[in-house]
Amino acid sequence: MAAILTAKNVTKRFGGLVAVNNVDFEIPEKSIVSIIGPNGAGKTTFFNCITGYAKADEGKIVFDGTPIQSQRPDQISRLGISRTYQNIRLFADMTALENILVGQHIFLNSSWISAVLGTSYVRNEEKMALAEAQRLLNFVDLKGKGDLLARNLPYGAQRRLEIARALATKPKLLLLDEPSAGMNPRESEDLTAFIRHLRDELGITILLIEHHMRVVMGISEHITVLDYGQKIAEGTPKEIQNNKQVIEAYLGRGAATEGMDTAHERFSKKVK
Amino acid sequence: MKKENFLLSATKTGLVGGAIAIFLCLIGMVEIFNKRDVIQGIVTLGQFVWLATAVGAGYTASQQTSHLLNGKKPAQNLTAGALAGFFSAALTAFLVWLGSQTDLRAIFINASPALYELLTFGKGLAGLPQLLIIGIISGIVGATFTLLPKAVQRPLLHALMMLIFMALFSGIFRVVMINQGNKWETLAKSIFSQTGLTQLGGWIFILGTIAISVFWSNRGEAVKASMARMPSKGKLSLRILVFLIIAVIALGLPQVSGPFIAQVIVIISLYILMGLGLNITLGFAGLLDLGFVAFFAVGAYTVGLLTSYGPFGLQHISFWVAVPIAVLVSMAFGAFLGLPVLGVRGDYLAIATLGFGEIIRLLAGSDFLAGYFGGPQGVIGIQKPCLGVLEPFIKLDTPRICDGIEIGQGAADHFLAGPGGIYYLAIISALLIAFVAWRLRESRLGRAWMAIREDEDVAEALGVNLIQTKLLAYILGAAFAGLGGAIFSVLIGSIFASSMQLLVSINVVALLVVGGMGSIPGVIVGAIALIGLPELLREVSEFRYLIYGTVLIVMMLAKPEGLWPSQATKRELHHETSAQGGD
Repeated sequence: MAAILTAKNVTKRFGGLVAVNNVDFEIPEKSIVSIIGPNGAGKTTFFNCITGYAKADEGKIVFDGTPIQSQRPDQISRLGISRTYQNIRLFADMTALENILVGQHIFLNSSWISAVLGTSYVRNEEKMALAEAQRLLNFVDLKGKGDLLARNLPYGAQRRLEIARALATKPKLLLLDEPSAGMNPRESEDLTAFIRHLRDELGITILLIEHHMRVVMGISEHITVLDYGQKIAEGTPKEIQNNKQVIEAYLGRGAATEGMDTAHERFSKKVK
Repeated sequence: MKKENFLLSATKTGLVGGAIAIFLCLIGMVEIFNKRDVIQGIVTLGQFVWLATAVGAGYTASQQTSHLLNGKKPAQNLTAGALAGFFSAALTAFLVWLGSQTDLRAIFINASPALYELLTFGKGLAGLPQLLIIGIISGIVGATFTLLPKAVQRPLLHALMMLIFMALFSGIFRVVMINQGNKWETLAKSIFSQTGLTQLGGWIFILGTIAISVFWSNRGEAVKASMARMPSKGKLSLRILVFLIIAVIALGLPQVSGPFIAQVIVIISLYILMGLGLNITLGFAGLLDLGFVAFFAVGAYTVGLLTSYGPFGLQHISFWVAVPIAVLVSMAFGAFLGLPVLGVRGDYLAIATLGFGEIIRLLAGSDFLAGYFGGPQGVIGIQKPCLGVLEPFIKLDTPRICDGIEIGQGAADHFLAGPGGIYYLAIISALLIAFVAWRLRESRLGRAWMAIREDEDVAEALGVNLIQTKLLAYILGAAFAGLGGAIFSVLIGSIFASSMQLLVSINVVALLVVGGMGSIPGVIVGAIALIGLPELLREVSEFRYLIYGTVLIVMMLAKPEGLWPSQATKRELHHETSAQGGD
């Protein structure tokens, strides 16, 4: 399968700290791929390099044939990359519906002058945007909540609204930063099913950062492990579970001398 | 934690109330306000202000007592109120005694014999017991108020507010009514006295307000519900009806009210224009601009220079051609300011824009550019607009015909010459711009602005071009302010750099805060409350900024969302109450 996103030798430094160090990375089209790693491993920085918040100091990122490493976030979003955030970042004082309408910004063309004049083009466009926003709202199970302020929605609904807003940009690649954070096992299961649904029904490629090993192992087709900014392993969930370096990264250097079997047991427990 | 004894707490509250009373006495407020009546022969405004401190102390003390004793206990509440009222009055009594021993006027110029006379009912020190007793009674009144059920409290509070409002503005109402002819004059004189309300008027307003308040608290929900049930067509025609009524009142007002009120409304309209402009940059897009007056200045100077017959007039263009040019120039300045400060966020942005505002003012008033802008002498001789003259260029040496009257360099007597004429110009502009602002708010651009206000990183990741969108906020905000400035220049007929003070910018920010950030009706309400009311109350102008500051602080504590918050905020509050009801 063709790769929709290819990163080559991506490096990002903050002063003396190398947050992402020479990472090569590939996402096959229509796949579900995860990045895992201990806290501070550089996962979110890598996300930021892809979405344009952070400019990679070295390396190249190509999305769908276009190099994006020096583009602005709004340009990258027009190319078809959208994301959610580790700590939910909705427009808190806008309604749920307005949040999704902002997501459709790139598809609306009316100028401010025609908006002031209220031309029929503008009215049609707004009507269609509203209908689409309603549809997305229903899609994430928030029917009838459109007029509520985002800040007043319960936690789970806010997570879903954030995904709906990201979907409004009609992305080819969706980046989810710890989508299951703060969810109970039941909700995580629903989320897993929902993510699969996004890929299977809408054909969206998914890149995840996730700490819940159960979610990661259950859903990913391919996993990349970062530690101290470096890629230390990649492969299928099975391969990752048995990778010695990964176990060390998660459980400390002592784990290796402890004997592979016990360490693996502990890691498996963590996974489950 | 051991709770404080309620008597001790009441004493403290009383002393705080007393300190406030002394403060109000020493700054001269009590004495000056004493010249005005709330109700003739019963209570003057000065007495009222003093009483308010004692009543307030009693009220607060009683509330604290309820808190300390975990519930209302009438005997203790009233005791606490009386105690607080006593101490509140006692401090004033101490002031009077101190004043009789030494001359305080060396330091406090307002500690005059007239003040002591007022506080002791003209009896000298012998009047002090009476003062203390009044303090105690006031405290008890305040405490009693807390014991009343809500259904009784609300109408009383409304009546009190109505009474103060009517008393403060009695002079204006009286003049307006007397102008309407004999019948009205009799009515006016029976309700309003020279200095306040008559006793009859006082009772009419108290009882009338109570009646309306009680009616509304019983039936208001039903009325609202039946409005909500109305079909959308009915709602629309109701809205059109309300709009028409407002329009008729607005258009007919100067005929009824006379020039003074028309002039005040023009000033309100100019602030509404500026407020709507800043509402775009600050209220929608969240970019704090403290130099907003700069765009107002640009608009005013452009029209001034293009139309003036004075020494600095460049061209004698018709006002109607000069206005679009002024708006365009303001927009250019908006972009000019916007570009360098685009990357600056939050507090730093406020400081950068503040600098810009000051630079414009100083440049316009400087000797360096005096050859172009008149320096401190300003631009004078700006012609009033003519309704009939639409030709773009008028030669200086030919006589100019304006609405059928030949005008020269002096004032002209034609339709748009007086404040009455400018009134229509200002109010129609304000309504038009309010409409534009509303359309913008509901558009794709408006949503992008609000998204930037909420979280500009996320907005950018959703495809909003930050540079373009922020620049448009500056440019359109500047356009509105520029239009305000253009009207200002023909209203006054001359422009001076000194009228473009930083205080104007701050006023505009304050009216947004008071009205409700991001809300278009809020801008109008804010402008009326912060600009219109002080303008009408010129006689108490000495304390204008004291009252202004107090109102701002109280607003931020009691109603931080503003007097007329935007729809979303209202929805939020509504949702919270209904959610609580549901649980």
